[in-house]
Amino acid sequence: MPADMRARLGQAELPNLVLAAAGCAGAGRELAQFVDVARVGALISKSIMAEPHTGNPAPRLAETPSGMLNSVGLQGPGVDAFLQRDLPWLLSRGARVVVSIAGQTIREYAGLAARLSDTAGVTAIEVNLSCPNAEDAGQLFALDPQRAGSVIAAVRGSARYDIPVFAKLSPDVTDIVAVARACVAAGADGLSLINTLLGMAIDPATMRPVLAGKYGGLSGPAIRPVAVRCVWQVRAAFPDVPIIGAGGVRTGRDALELMLAGASMIAVGTEIIHDPSACSRVLKELEEELASIGADRAADVVGQAHGRIPRGLAWRA
Amino acid sequence: MAPVQIRGTVLTVRRVDAYHALTLVAPAIATKFRPGQFITVAVGGPETSMLGRRAFAVHDVRPDHGGTVEFVFEARGPGTRWLAALRARDTLDTVGPLGRPFPIPRDPSSCLLLGVGYGSAPLFALAARLRERGCSIDYLLGGESADRVFGALTARRNGRSAAVVTTDGSFGARGPVTGLMEQIIREARTDVIYACAPVPVLREVTAIAGRYDIPVQASVDVPMACGTGVCMGCVLPVTGTDGITRIVRSCVDGPVFRGDLVRWDDMGTIPFDALGAPGWAGPGGYGGAGSPSQGGSGGMGPPGRDSRGGLGGIVPPGQQSHAG
Repeated sequence: MPADMRARLGQAELPNLVLAAAGCAGAGRELAQFVDVARVGALISKSIMAEPHTGNPAPRLAETPSGMLNSVGLQGPGVDAFLQRDLPWLLSRGARVVVSIAGQTIREYAGLAARLSDTAGVTAIEVNLSCPNAEDAGQLFALDPQRAGSVIAAVRGSARYDIPVFAKLSPDVTDIVAVARACVAAGADGLSLINTLLGMAIDPATMRPVLAGKYGGLSGPAIRPVAVRCVWQVRAAFPDVPIIGAGGVRTGRDALELMLAGASMIAVGTEIIHDPSACSRVLKELEEELASIGADRAADVVGQAHGRIPRGLAWRA
Repeated sequence: MAPVQIRGTVLTVRRVDAYHALTLVAPAIATKFRPGQFITVAVGGPETSMLGRRAFAVHDVRPDHGGTVEFVFEARGPGTRWLAALRARDTLDTVGPLGRPFPIPRDPSSCLLLGVGYGSAPLFALAARLRERGCSIDYLLGGESADRVFGALTARRNGRSAAVVTTDGSFGARGPVTGLMEQIIREARTDVIYACAPVPVLREVTAIAGRYDIPVQASVDVPMACGTGVCMGCVLPVTGTDGITRIVRSCVDGPVFRGDLVRWDDMGTIPFDALGAPGWAGPGGYGGAGSPSQGGSGGMGPPGRDSRGGLGGIVPPGQQSHAG
């Protein structure tokens, strides 16, 4: 019998725990040509900003060994167009939508959360904290526990009570548990781990950076061990906080690895660029992996790599 | 028509001068294909370290074996070398047909088809479609050298005229491909130009055509990673018919654009007047804050070392030496 793949995301029950990661599923229509979006656990939108945004100049992408550098720069149509055009289309196709939000000020994040709360059909909000803080010399919110916590507190305060708020954390920090702690203390209902790692490529032929934005976020299988480590550390510190694990998931086996580290949901990202039907394939492979180890429910393997976590050590908000 | 993802079976990989032509059994793609569209393939096998898909303009489709698709490429990086080493009966993860095809004139017209390097590949399927409409075809093919002019024989066989220009003069006239353009336009009384070439050539073609008030349909060669519109990598500034410049994706909004609507001089930049540009909506975003607008059109670097280029030809000298 196939394992029970369902997952809970706040009030919502997802038919399965394999999600499409932010920024890798377009507006949904692109993906829908290759997979039934109603059968993806949930679609995490490209990060939505308050206004339309051109993003960065090209070249924006560079292929690296088992990885991809990107400096797209949050190109997007803005929240109005998203709510008028993209969200209704996704809902009409039966998709569950997690809306990723990005802002340059805490106010902007809070405003976006309020806008989304007026709208039916938002399953959850994922807060992309890897954005430059316009009020802090462009330092990314995600790099500082206090700033990250302030954003989450503002979003949690503005979002409708029944919409779960997930904080998406950057691995580019000395102590990811400290950032996770600040976010959970500020009211995050869950955490998304991990965003890309900042990287760079230089073309020896031109002797210049390959990317117009110079730096880019590194994603793909190259970063999977970092994702596993981050999920492990955060799970060990907060065993009761749900984690969306992401970072270089290419196969069902990769998904299982992150689940064993502590992720209760898995987001497939860069692999969608390589294989547009990756979400459905990873789900099928994960079902096979679980069947081969005799698991009845996907939820049973979450965090199993830790062995028993002494409850007394669990951190409580 | 919606693209499909299939495992195509390789029929042949053959050498064509400096290039390779790979024919794939792919009925679901062949039956939907329209000239100007492209496919993407995953390279390197199941455990590959190359995550970006490689995009190639479709050269031709044929009805044999239920439907075959052929594309032309140059083996110059690890991905394209892997493709060149494929053998009959190997399979290839293929997505297509992708992108917007060449628009076809309603009435019989005099059409100039201009291609550089293996960028010429998609012109011949286009020519077949144009002939069905009673159009006359003049070809202008270019390349660095004789072995880098693709399809000259076919062009001579089925074109009203076929001119060849090479950089080194080893085949046809010597000089830039645009050198012969005005003469052909005048003699052939060209109504429309279809061009597949590197960006600097397309810019020049559009400028010359503009002086004669001739529309250009340009297939733009910018690096792609997904081909389906999710990665936002293949962007360029294009003015809409509403006069507003947008940063659009070549893979879904192109690769064929009206030449006069592409902001060739602003390639590789975010024009200040583009919808959502930094001055328009506040400071820049992740990874690029503080450097939103880089001058010049240099550095259209590829995501991979293949500098894929299947969508219209060779990468200009000096930008391809990292192709390995």
